[in-house]
Order: sequence, then structure tokens, then C-alpha cells
Amino acid sequence: MPHINLSNDYPGIRSLFVYRPETAKPLNDLVQVLLHDPHPTLPAGERELIATYVSNLNTCYYCTNIHGAIAKHQLGNDAETVKAVLTDADTAPVSDKLKALLRIAAKVQSGGKNVTEQDVSAAREQGATDIEIHDTVLIAAAFCMYNRYVDGLATWQPHNDELYDKMGEQRAREGYGTPPIKVSEMKLT
Amino acid sequence: MAHIDLNNDLPGIRGPMAYRPETAEPLNALAEILLRDDNNTLTRGERELIGTYVSYLNDCFFCQNVHGALAGHYLQCDISQIDAIKDDFRSAELSPKMKALLSIAASVQKGGKHVTAEQIEAARAQGATDVEIHDTVLIAASFCMFNRYVDGLGTWAPPDRQFYVDRAPRRAEEGYQSSV
Repeated sequence: MPHINLSNDYPGIRSLFVYRPETAKPLNDLVQVLLHDPHPTLPAGERELIATYVSNLNTCYYCTNIHGAIAKHQLGNDAETVKAVLTDADTAPVSDKLKALLRIAAKVQSGGKNVTEQDVSAAREQGATDIEIHDTVLIAAAFCMYNRYVDGLATWQPHNDELYDKMGEQRAREGYGTPPIKVSEMKLT
Repeated sequence: MAHIDLNNDLPGIRGPMAYRPETAEPLNALAEILLRDDNNTLTRGERELIGTYVSYLNDCFFCQNVHGALAGHYLQCDISQIDAIKDDFRSAELSPKMKALLSIAASVQKGGKHVTAEQIEAARAQGATDVEIHDTVLIAASFCMFNRYVDGLGTWAPPDRQFYVDRAPRRAEEGYQSSV
């Protein structure tokens, strides 16, 4: 049960967004620009993978599953790559550049000062641009916020793969700004 | 020197914010609503103190000095008193409610799952409302982002702590939306 009375039955961060729309607005705007809006070089699927990877390091069930589902849909229904990144990023079927960016993201998750000049050089050697490095750091940092927000208030995080897949499909298509579908109206099998 | 070429010599978070205005806008809007909006039962000083304490726990020099100076400005205390609170808030002259909220913030800094039902009950027993508990968790979580953003890009921070104290009144006046 959530630590505070949220007066709604949406899951995860959506319950907090409904509870406090004033803070939901900048939080949603941030995730929209970081993960969904067109990017000069990083596809949405790769940005969602960074978010999923960091959420998994922070052991946030809701964020790992929803962003894993969004990543899957953004990558063309590729659940295997999402699973491989979470199991072992170094051997996952993603580019060497993305692997280097995921290493930076993991450093950010453990603390900003842990990112080294060598981590950044290694990403540059694989062709990462300054804006890609910037966005990787900020995506990783932002999920250290979202994950803590979702778990720190003990939100409802149902264990149901189909639910996350449906919500993920909606977000991949519509972005983050549209209203969430009620769980009771999802027609889950 | 920052890990990437920010094309400006602004200090701390303002460097990457000027570099990437698309992300700066929601980041500033978030700071504004959380820390400065007047429709809140926690004072600006109390909210800045939560941000300062979490930044201290994350060892982010720039953020703990910017927000520590702002907290000092609002709470009318000097930087040594803010330092004493960071060092040991339980012995500081703070309300029992504020101490309970700082304890929740410290748990959030370690990880969301560290917040316990007992801590929430303790805050409620001191009069904390649900919205105050919500905002405390989100302020603490957001500083786990801001701090990582500032340090993860290796941004530059003025070493003289008086720099932050001197700038606080203007930041308090102008708010966060104009910080780029």
C-alpha cells in the first residue's frame, strides 16, 4: 500500500502524477524531451534502453517494466534486446557506442563523481557525440529521481507483463503527455 | 573541466542548462514548483533545506552551496548554522516535523525502498501532511538527479563559498525559471 493516500488506482508514477498534477507537468515534460522527442542522433529505443537499464540497477520494478516495454515497442517489437541488456549489457546485441553509453549510465547511477574521463573517452572512441554523452548522463540521473519517487512513496506496482506491454505500446506511440488508460479498462486476458 | 564542451563558462548546473535549453526548461520548472511555489505548507526555507541536505549526502559541492545559501537566506541563518544542520540535523534547532521529513529525505537518497512505514508514521505524528511527505520524497529524489547531473558531467564550481551566499538574494528574488 502506498505510504500516502493517493486517492486513485493508477499504477506506479501515474498514481503520483494524478495525485499532484503541478509536479507531474515538469516531470512529464522532462521525460518527453529526454526519451520521446526527436533526437539528433540517439533513437528513442536506445534512450529507453538507458532508462530501463538504470531503473533495473535501482531495482525499481515499475520503471524497469514500463520502460522495458516502451523500449521493446520503440525497437520494433524486440523484447530479446531489452532482456539481453538487462541480463548483461556487455554481451547484448547493441552497438559498441551504446555499450559505452550504458557504462557511463551505470557510473551515474552509483554517483555522479564516479564518471571518469576514461569512461567519456571510451564513448567518444565509439563515435558518441557530446550531446549523446550529455543526454546519457541526464537520462541516468533523471531515472535516479523517477525510481526513488516511485519506490519512496511505495506506489502500487502490479506484476503483470501484459499490463506493462499495453501501457508501453501506448507510450511508444503517443509519448508521455496523453492521459493513462485505467487498469480496469485495459481488457487484460 | 567539464567532460564535454559546454560552449560556456557558467558554473555548476547552469553550464549544461545553457548547453541544452530543451532539457533546462522542465528541470527549471520542476525546481520552481518544488522549491519556490508559494502554494505549499512547507516554507521555501524548509524545502531548500531538504535540497541542501540531500546534496550534502550526495557530496555535490555546487548544489549544497547554492541551496544552502538559499536556505540560509530564507531561514535567516548563516552558512555555519546550515553546516551544523547538515552535520547533525537531529541536534539542530529545527521543528520535530522538519527532523522527521529530513529523515525521510535521507532514506530516499539511499534508495526509494529505504523509506519505511515507521518513518512516515513518525512524520505524521509530528503533523506532516500527505502532500508534505510527497513533496519531501520528490525534492529528495530530484536532488539525486540534479546532483548526478552536475557531478556526472564534471562541471566547474566556484570554490569560494561566499560566492553562493552573495548570489542567494537575487536567486530568491528571480526564481529558477530565469536561471539560464
